[in-house]
Amino acid sequence: MPISRNDVLAWLKAVAQVLAENREYLVQLDSAIGDADHGANMDRGFQSIMGKMDEINDKDIGTIFKTAAMTLISTVGGASGPLYGTFFLQAGTKTAGKMELTIQEWAVVLEAALAGIVMRGKAELNDKTMVDALTPAVEALKKAVGDGKFQSEALAICAEAARQGMEATIPLVARKGRASYLGERSAGHQDPGATSSYLMLKTAAEIWKNA
Amino acid sequence: MKKLINRPEDVVVEELQGIAYAHGDLVKVHYNPNFIVRADAPIKGKVGVISGGGSGHEPMHGGFVGMGMLDAACPGAVFTSPTPDQMLEATKAVSGGAGVLHIVKNYTGDVMNFEMAADLGGSEGIEVEAVVTNDDVAVQDSLYTAGRRGVGITVLAEKISGAAAEQMRSLKEVADICRKVNAQGRSMGMALTSCIVPHAGKPTFDLPEDEMEIGIGIHGEPGRTRMKLKSADEITEMLMEPVIDDLPFKSGDNALLFVNGMGGTPLIELYVIYRKAYQIAEKHGLKVVRNLVGSYITSLEMAGTSITMLKVDDDLVKLWDAPVKTPGLRWGA
Repeated sequence: MPISRNDVLAWLKAVAQVLAENREYLVQLDSAIGDADHGANMDRGFQSIMGKMDEINDKDIGTIFKTAAMTLISTVGGASGPLYGTFFLQAGTKTAGKMELTIQEWAVVLEAALAGIVMRGKAELNDKTMVDALTPAVEALKKAVGDGKFQSEALAICAEAARQGMEATIPLVARKGRASYLGERSAGHQDPGATSSYLMLKTAAEIWKNA
Repeated sequence: MKKLINRPEDVVVEELQGIAYAHGDLVKVHYNPNFIVRADAPIKGKVGVISGGGSGHEPMHGGFVGMGMLDAACPGAVFTSPTPDQMLEATKAVSGGAGVLHIVKNYTGDVMNFEMAADLGGSEGIEVEAVVTNDDVAVQDSLYTAGRRGVGITVLAEKISGAAAEQMRSLKEVADICRKVNAQGRSMGMALTSCIVPHAGKPTFDLPEDEMEIGIGIHGEPGRTRMKLKSADEITEMLMEPVIDDLPFKSGDNALLFVNGMGGTPLIELYVIYRKAYQIAEKHGLKVVRNLVGSYITSLEMAGTSITMLKVDDDLVKLWDAPVKTPGLRWGA
């Protein structure tokens, strides 16, 4: 079964809940190498998206993603606002007018969304950012889809690759964002942005398991 | 956590309400999106000067809105960049037809949000120039990192650019002066204690009683090195020498020396630091022709100091001396 408009709405709701539950955890990760605001900012942004649910309940996936994007851009601030805002803006462009997505289409959407983040943040792989979780996730999803895996399995593979990418940020020395000011001292800590990216993809795998 | 707050999520808006009550003669506060704007904005034919950044650095930036300095300031959540919609609305509110200058501190979030404001358009034909400040010598400058942070020089750039705009200079001239101040200024800071972000509720980093962080920024991000606490004179040397070396300042240069408190350090200690900093400047043959001592770019309740040196010429000194009337900085008016 493809991923429907309602599945996308359910995913955003679930992400809002997961980010609220992980607010303190993300703040804690950000305290170590950043400025202790990532959890609070992401929670505020996704709660604001929840406030827009009535507006987007009957809309196409493109409109849903674009509304999410504009909400994040105007409520999150920091670096995450423009980065995740651009992520959803690109996802919205790829899904304009669509009421459902095949897993193949979702892989294309995720790839475009990642390209948006790279364009905005100019981060490369191993800079210790969200790109480190998203890049292997997109690659793994594309491969799984190419290998003809079922949707649930492909999404699980994607989430697992994000988790590994997130954990691989621990030994890295940050080269982008506030953590880069620490130089060598940023090593030994997991990147909060990679962590929130993983949480989103993990939630997609769980919510869309039976889609 | 012991703080004079009601709820962490209300701190910024309640602060803005307080500013509106206290300084209604100088500024107006706009909500949703949030920005502080000069009471008499927009001023026809004058370049609008705007800055913005996370809250928690007071009096910067909102405290610098008023005649001779900023036309508007966009406050984000504590230590979080403001958002593009704030910048767009503030830009429109101060546009007097001569263009608008955005003064942006070099942090990933601030730079991206100001860029996004430009990308989203909607500034409706208003000519905008952005100058990014990046004066912190504690950060290695490299193409492969976020680059140096914008810190103390931002206060001086806002004052001097604001004065240039007040003299009805063109957008290009005001932006060039802002760039010149940034290019000729260097800063470095240190912390004795961490700060506590209200929504985090506990210190951002742990610092034992007998240790200090050298090379900190203004968001409680830890510095480059941690070491045993030293005397005020030794600490001043550790900050002043890299600042002087970096530009480099040369014997015979005229300088503005700015000793800043991080929020939790009393003025008595800042003058102890200023005393030594002045002596070090003299020893290098530098003439301190102007100064600023006090807490102007802070990091909540962090105890510590930063030192900024700006190489000045006659034009910059005149602009520095020009009248200014803001909640946080006021002379000659």
